Amino acid sequence: MDQVIFGAEVFLNGLMTGVMYSLVALGFVLIFKASGVFNYAQGVLALFAALTLVGIQDGQVPFAHLINAAFGTSLHHFGWTVPSILAIALTVLVMVLLAFLIEKLVLQHLVGQEPIILFMATIGLAYFLEGLGDVMWGADIKTLDVGLPQGISDGIETLTAGWFGYGFFIDRLDIWATVIAALLVAALVAFSQYTKQGRAMRAVADDHQAALSVGISLRFIWVMVWSIAGFVALVAGIMWGTKSGVQFSLSLIALKALPVLMLGGFTSIPGAIVGGLIIGVGEKMFEFLIGPMVGGATETWFAYVLALVFLVFRPQGLFGERIIERV
Amino acid sequence: MMQAHEGYVTDDGRQIGGTVMELKNITLRFGGVVAIKDISFDIRQGEIRAIIGPNGAGKSSMLNVISGFYNPQEGEVWFKGYRRGPMKPYQVARLGIARTFQNIALFDGMSVLDNIMTGRLNKMKAGFLSQAMWWGAAEREENENREAVEKIIDFLEIQNIRKTPVGRLPYGLKKRVELARALAAEPQLLLLDEPMAGMNVEEKEDMSRFILDVNDEFGTTICLIEHDMGVVMDLSDRVVVMDYGRKIGDGTPDQVRSNQDVIDAYLGVAHD
Amino acid sequence: MIYREAGDFKTSYRDDSQTFPIRLDRWGYYAILAVAFGIIPFVINDYWANAVLVPFLIYAIAALGLNILTGYAGQVSLGTGGFMAVGAYAVYKLMTAFPDVSILIHILLAGGITAAVGVLFGLPSLRIKGFYLAVATLAAQFFLVWLFNKVPWFYNYSASGQITAPERTVLGHAVTGPATSAPAKYLVCLVMAFLLAWLARNLTRGMLGRKWMAIRDMDIAAEIIGVDPLRAKLSAFAVSSFFIGIAGALLFAVYLGAAEVGEAFGINKSFLVLFMIIIGGLGSIFGSFAGAAFMVLMPVLLKNVLVGTLNWPTDLAAHIELMIVGALIVTFLIVEPHGLARLWRLTKEKLRLWPFPH
Repeated sequence: MDQVIFGAEVFLNGLMTGVMYSLVALGFVLIFKASGVFNYAQGVLALFAALTLVGIQDGQVPFAHLINAAFGTSLHHFGWTVPSILAIALTVLVMVLLAFLIEKLVLQHLVGQEPIILFMATIGLAYFLEGLGDVMWGADIKTLDVGLPQGISDGIETLTAGWFGYGFFIDRLDIWATVIAALLVAALVAFSQYTKQGRAMRAVADDHQAALSVGISLRFIWVMVWSIAGFVALVAGIMWGTKSGVQFSLSLIALKALPVLMLGGFTSIPGAIVGGLIIGVGEKMFEFLIGPMVGGATETWFAYVLALVFLVFRPQGLFGERIIERV
Repeated sequence: MMQAHEGYVTDDGRQIGGTVMELKNITLRFGGVVAIKDISFDIRQGEIRAIIGPNGAGKSSMLNVISGFYNPQEGEVWFKGYRRGPMKPYQVARLGIARTFQNIALFDGMSVLDNIMTGRLNKMKAGFLSQAMWWGAAEREENENREAVEKIIDFLEIQNIRKTPVGRLPYGLKKRVELARALAAEPQLLLLDEPMAGMNVEEKEDMSRFILDVNDEFGTTICLIEHDMGVVMDLSDRVVVMDYGRKIGDGTPDQVRSNQDVIDAYLGVAHD
Repeated sequence: MIYREAGDFKTSYRDDSQTFPIRLDRWGYYAILAVAFGIIPFVINDYWANAVLVPFLIYAIAALGLNILTGYAGQVSLGTGGFMAVGAYAVYKLMTAFPDVSILIHILLAGGITAAVGVLFGLPSLRIKGFYLAVATLAAQFFLVWLFNKVPWFYNYSASGQITAPERTVLGHAVTGPATSAPAKYLVCLVMAFLLAWLARNLTRGMLGRKWMAIRDMDIAAEIIGVDPLRAKLSAFAVSSFFIGIAGALLFAVYLGAAEVGEAFGINKSFLVLFMIIIGGLGSIFGSFAGAAFMVLMPVLLKNVLVGTLNWPTDLAAHIELMIVGALIVTFLIVEPHGLARLWRLTKEKLRLWPFPH
């Protein structure tokens, strides 16, 4: 009986982790749908956003390390701190600027290339952004606090203790993350369904040529989509950064989003969410049930192997569109 | 067993032999859509057989059934006296059926020569080690087959582009390279999917000449689909006419031309 | 006019299909071989062996392997690090289990074992394509690293979890272990790289290579003209993994001497080798060497300039290196998707006409 209740807690925690995965996966889906680019850099984008947010908040001098090395100065901070809301707004601006630059310097020159070339280009982009983030803000682990509640939720612990005689440990941050993720998804769906830009975005996703022929600016849509993806990355970065500090491993959650997408299909927003939840719960439960037998730390590979096995049987994912081959 | 058919002699004096391929009561469906309905016809040794019909008549589906890419739900496909069960496409190739494609399917990253050499892959049996060492069988085979391929290159007059990557060639030449690749396999049956599509008059004439020469020179049995009536009637010995997935005519070009159903289909008389 | 092919007539198909049809290329190739085998072994020192030449040769082998799979057969893999780990652990187990058998045989066997593992992880390629497959190969990467980390049998229950290469000799000279001389390390890697490059060249110019490229360029058409996709893809996985396994074995046994799996064979290794073939040139033997040389030399040069000359901190140099690598990848994909190999060919085409370009 204890095992069952403990399992239930693991399950719930898995759901919460899954929400985080979904959040990153969402950024992938947006970009993939609108530009056919499989954006490997999404995770690094989250890392970069979080680094920038912390940097602005703490009033760090950007590129201080580089400037110091080059000119023998010893800059580090401006000596002020920026309120969270303002810092977030500034970071959003930076992400939009970044989206603009990515479109201008990279995507524009790769129009019409094979998807796999674009994919590899985003790997290059990921390396570049990782280096840039480090050069700009330094590579040390930073704590991020924008005022989100943290710690174990007492309410739930007492409540479940009353029900099962065992209090569930649920992080309040996870609950907030779930709520925010849900709001974000709802907002994105509303945006793509009910606004003019959203419709244009869907049109581009459906058929580039046709969209161009009715006068939709491809470049505008791409900048917009990458900006939104940058924003989603920022949200994901805030959540993960608050939870486990802003560091390189943050970009590895992007890798986790890949199996999420393989499960959910690259073109489906509901797929990204369901896939994220399945992976989150799956890897926590597997580690809980099987992990102790095989030495633990199965979370490093479980998601990939699950997605691999799954794909062999259903190559288009849970919600992806079926691909029909023709000659 | 399949009945033995007597051959016949064409107007220009070529001897046509027995049946190479026979299709019996073929029906092909995609979900609820019937692409081909109860069609039977045969292809004989050494002839040029055409399948014609307006757009959407089911010609391409028919060709894909013959080439084994689609498996029909009903009916039988007989090839060289044996009934052909469901097969993988590459197994069909080994039986001696080669084809070209409507939307050219060449290997863009490879040279013309390498593309045509792939046509001979079923003739090359050198083992892995021999290939890895480039010793014995592998090298010998490579040179022998190169010789055969060079003959085809001469025949189709593409000597000057043999080392050019296919991706850089213009449309008309690509079509010719594709024909060369199919010929390189020395097929028992050559399928041509709209060989003249998208060509100008001059290119069409060239292609017609090559098709006739191939048939004449190598005695290759050819089955082609085409929607350009004029070209087909000059080229082929016998014609199958399809419309809305059914066969509405079958015979020599003259017979087909005077067939009322065919005239209706092409002049667009309303179906009832 | 020095570099030309005019007047260099071929009278047989054999001559026409040789590796270097142009006389000057052939001479250049022989000259490089003469220097590599005849001069360098006598002048090489520890710095050049460890910082440049040995890693270059080992990564060239890995890049050849990945290029066969990705450049020739069109199957993108991000599992290179994992497969190199298989080679490393295989050679370690063989070395310690059969100390009397020649290390060279162990290295080849390690390649064979990696080939088998590669085929196993190549099976999904029959159902999934493109970047779906690329992501699926991450499963191999993470699973294999985890496996070698968690199952003590693989590292002979050593307390540190590391594997350490014992000393083994070839013709009386140590080629593994701490006592190995620079020329010995270099020669073992050179011989392997030379033989494997020759093997790769033979396989890619023959029918197997054409089948791989046919699958890469248009898989459905390839199948219809008679390529069995199962055999073509799996053979590419097998050959590719064989090369990568040998590279992994050499990296561990000859170059590093000791290795911890997550550090030596992590996901970054997969990307490193992928970058080599993108920069060097997909589908090119020469490109595999050029890419490996580039990616090995660049950090060395950068470090010499930034840290050695400008006295910048090492970590800053490392971050700048990341930026440069990333920017280079993007630039190459935009400007020249066929990499250094294509640039080299274009230069030769210019040279062929030089000094009379019209």
